[in-house]
Amino acid sequence: MKARIEELRKSFASALAAATDGAALESLRVEYLGKKGHVAALMQGLRDVSDKREAGQLINTLKTEVENAISEANEALRAAAVAARVRAAKKYNPTLKGAEELGSYHPITLATREVEDVFISMGFTIENYDEIVDDYKCFEALNIPKHHPARDMQDTYYLDNGQLLKTHTSAAQNYIMKKYGAPLRAIFPGRCFRNESTDACHENTFFQMEGMMIDENISISNLIYFMKTMLSEVFNRDVKVRLRPGFFPFVEPGFELDINCEICGGEGCPSCKNSGWLELCPCGMIHPNVLREGGIDTEKYSGFAFGLGLTRLAMMKYGVKDIRDFNSGNLKALSQFKSI
Amino acid sequence: MFLSMNWIGDFVDLSGLDRKSLIRNFTLSTAEVEDIIERGADISGVVVAKILSVADHPESRKLHLLKVDRGGEVIDIVCGAPNVREGMKVALATVGGRIGEMEISPRKLAGYTSYGMCCSEAELGISDDHSGIVEVTEDVPLGTDIKAVWDIDDIIFEVDNKSLTNRPDLWSHYGMAREFATLTGRKLLAPDLYDTAKFDTLPPVAVDVKATDLVYRYSAIKVKNVTRKVSPMNMRIRLYYCGSRAINFLADLTNYVMMELGQPMHAFDNAKVDKIEVQTFQKGIKFATLDGVERNIDENMLMITSGDVPVAIAGVMGGDASKIDDDTTSLLLESATFDGVSVRKTTTRLGLRTDASQRYEKMLDPELCRVATERLLKLLMDNDGGAEVVSSFSDAYVKHYPTITLKFDKKYVDRYTGIDISEERIVTTLTSLGFKVEKTGDEFTVVVPSFRATKDVTIKADIIEEITRIYGYDNFEIFTAESPLLPVRKETLKSDEDRMKDLLVKSYRMHEVHSYIWSDLSKNRELGIETPDNVRIINAQTPDHAVLRVSMLPTLLSFLKDNRAYSDTFGIFEIGHTVDGKKENGECDEQNKLGAAFFSKSLSEEELFLRARDAVAELCTDILHRAPEFVSAEPDFDFEHPVNSFDVVIDGVKIGYLSVPHPTVLDNIDKKCAVSFFELYTERFAAVTAAAVKYSEPSKFPAIDIDVTFAADIGAIVFPEVERASRAAAGEILASVLLKDTYTGDGASTVTLRFSFVSRERTLTKQELTPATDAICASLAKLGLTVR
Repeated sequence: MKARIEELRKSFASALAAATDGAALESLRVEYLGKKGHVAALMQGLRDVSDKREAGQLINTLKTEVENAISEANEALRAAAVAARVRAAKKYNPTLKGAEELGSYHPITLATREVEDVFISMGFTIENYDEIVDDYKCFEALNIPKHHPARDMQDTYYLDNGQLLKTHTSAAQNYIMKKYGAPLRAIFPGRCFRNESTDACHENTFFQMEGMMIDENISISNLIYFMKTMLSEVFNRDVKVRLRPGFFPFVEPGFELDINCEICGGEGCPSCKNSGWLELCPCGMIHPNVLREGGIDTEKYSGFAFGLGLTRLAMMKYGVKDIRDFNSGNLKALSQFKSI
Repeated sequence: MFLSMNWIGDFVDLSGLDRKSLIRNFTLSTAEVEDIIERGADISGVVVAKILSVADHPESRKLHLLKVDRGGEVIDIVCGAPNVREGMKVALATVGGRIGEMEISPRKLAGYTSYGMCCSEAELGISDDHSGIVEVTEDVPLGTDIKAVWDIDDIIFEVDNKSLTNRPDLWSHYGMAREFATLTGRKLLAPDLYDTAKFDTLPPVAVDVKATDLVYRYSAIKVKNVTRKVSPMNMRIRLYYCGSRAINFLADLTNYVMMELGQPMHAFDNAKVDKIEVQTFQKGIKFATLDGVERNIDENMLMITSGDVPVAIAGVMGGDASKIDDDTTSLLLESATFDGVSVRKTTTRLGLRTDASQRYEKMLDPELCRVATERLLKLLMDNDGGAEVVSSFSDAYVKHYPTITLKFDKKYVDRYTGIDISEERIVTTLTSLGFKVEKTGDEFTVVVPSFRATKDVTIKADIIEEITRIYGYDNFEIFTAESPLLPVRKETLKSDEDRMKDLLVKSYRMHEVHSYIWSDLSKNRELGIETPDNVRIINAQTPDHAVLRVSMLPTLLSFLKDNRAYSDTFGIFEIGHTVDGKKENGECDEQNKLGAAFFSKSLSEEELFLRARDAVAELCTDILHRAPEFVSAEPDFDFEHPVNSFDVVIDGVKIGYLSVPHPTVLDNIDKKCAVSFFELYTERFAAVTAAAVKYSEPSKFPAIDIDVTFAADIGAIVFPEVERASRAAAGEILASVLLKDTYTGDGASTVTLRFSFVSRERTLTKQELTPATDAICASLAKLGLTVR
């Protein structure tokens, strides 16, 4: 028996050395460890052996040796195969350009969302309103009676049904006041129209954002605070603002709001016409006549309103030099605005 | 408008103050200063000198050799001016001095050295006249610096006219001086006047105001024996610095007073105009204005006539026939207040705006008429001693503005400003600006001065502006409001439109574009699209842009065409407004819409169509949690394909359409491309009831898929019907139906569907699945799908 075991051990060693792939190893396993394999045959032969115990131990040792050897050989094969795959792997190139380009938002959308986010965080609602309004909404309700010089400033597109394309987002003030009554705080981004020739700085179609806050005790001090806060958020810096008297019939007092020029830091440069300030946002305390038209008690409530030029803001933020790019539909220009 | 600090200095003493920083404060408190110009800064070393002798230059016909006494020293000057003469006093730029860019040094001219230069007015920067050298007529010692003789040094600032539209009082140096007086706390000085009360006994000028609705006041006075022709130099310099031009003494006087006090004046030649009527004509006439242009006067335009012969367009411009010229020695002086709206309409219709009309448009204070007349007479008498007033101040004061009195208390000011401005400060500011202020108990009573009461200051809030702008907005302490903070929810339409943009940009990699609210007829013609008739703009810049758009798509299709070189495959969309005709009340039926269009040179039209379909379906499922129906329909527009147009429907409401272009339009975009598009009515979309997210516990048992192939044409299948029929036949164990495969060939078409079954309670057995599948097949056979 001992001799037979030794003989098998040797023949296994040479067979194992000859087995170079998984299939050979498997057939070797079956030959030695299978139900009809050599090890099983040895076990059967145990019947005729006197010292069963010793012989049994020897057989088991052989069995374990064979098992381990095959398992090790398998593992070595697998490792070699993996190593071969690693060696054969294709080197990828992340520097290649992606095939499909990302979509893009219109720059006005990006600028609008940025301002909206600031105002939402301060409790303002966002309003939607028509682009086509009547004379009352655009002028009368805003304390701009017929023949008022203010109508000179705005060249209006009139329609054949007597309505008009709104010349400013202030045309929504009356609607918003009647919708909510006081108190209210709302912003209204919208498209406006002026009948003028277009060039790099002028468009007949552009976006503004109207803002209003009405409550008891709303003051000029509050107006300056909200304007400064909003603009600091939008421009991501602590902007300096300055107010100058400005005449708009729907506010009293009315202001032109300037911010310090970021390009020159207030020293004066061509962008700010050497003044150090950029005119950005007309604003003021809502005229009592306008509040009254909106059905608001002027003795109890006061409010401020402002008009932010979203198109101009987008031009400033993104360095767009030609305002006509916005409505051009030219994807070479517009596809650059991806982030939000 | 240009303003002179010297002139303002006539009425407020600003000595010791930095005038430039004052001007900057003016921007913050009154109106925007656009430019500051230092006049005379580039002129130095110019003195009064006398030409002692003039000799011809031996080699030049133009040049003269002068001996000039510059005050204790006689020097040689070579001069080319045609008007040199012996004994003439001149402005001599001396060696070491400066004229503009030029530094004066001894200079050889055709062989002779000149030790300085005799200057023209243009060289001194005080007019455009460079026809000859300027003569100094003032009696001053030789050698006197010319700047001590004439006010060449001045600071001129320019104010944006638009920022003064509401302030008629600021269209004058006197009004500006009042602002500076208030800003500096200094005293405003009254202008020197020539009292006309003493002429009350003289015969009046016949003034007949017929159009009493268009006139507030018309005053006239006559003067004779005017002999002076040229205005004093300092007056001419001021006029020039402020953008005007010296004409002759009388014309200059009227301009000067207008710039000084804001009151337009007109001087008629009394030899030609002796009486005045103010009226309109029944029908149109021709009238030659003093600029030599013949103009069409219509029946609305207010005219000044003399014996019914027109002599001036009221408030705009005088007539050519009655204007003062070099022979004029007697004049009829008009100082009047016309209705601003009437003047504005006249100027608009004539296309003629003048310094006078600009001021009238702002609603002038009628109280100014007499002051201006007396100021003009004062300047006239001071500079032309022989002139004589020969009529009374003849005054037709037909309409008065009411006196405006406003009452308020300190609490009102505090509430409106949000800060504490002292009562004393309120009183000082208002008083300095010309308001009469009285305080009784807590109440201020303020009388608005006439020059602010024509339309500018009418309510309490206007007083707030006066107080705060002088206080200075830079000096405000700023606070947030005390209003309670309430939750804010975006309105559905707004949030839906925002999410649509996000989805189309992120998932479908589309580009958002903007266009116009009108159709572009020329671009539509290019694409072969007939622009549907719609509401029109009556004053469009071009007829091609006069019709409002009814759909977002035509512009998007033309953008596709414009961008076809941009990339192989791309999509664009716009969210905006259209006008779907008129509503019953005649107003525009304005609709919010999303339009989207896809373009590809490599994908098939069907693939691109399905991409558009996917986008619509995803918008609905993502935002509304609803699946839309696509119903084959007649196209709404001629640019849609007659076969492949589908309505997008939810709850029986059409929320949009999905289509590919009509072949004609497609060819006009690009012959080798595919295009698909859709349009959604975003308001109807937002009105759809969104379904809530419904959670169903996933089954612990495996799902079993059974594929069945049917003989059927894919184009004829309405998938939602197949789904409904299958579910009805198989019951709740049918989890889903998917289109697995389609095949067309050998004259037959097949469709393979995958039915997925699952149970919550157990693993399904063949015994259960076979009858279920059979039931489905039987049911689908009725829809035309027969098992192959």
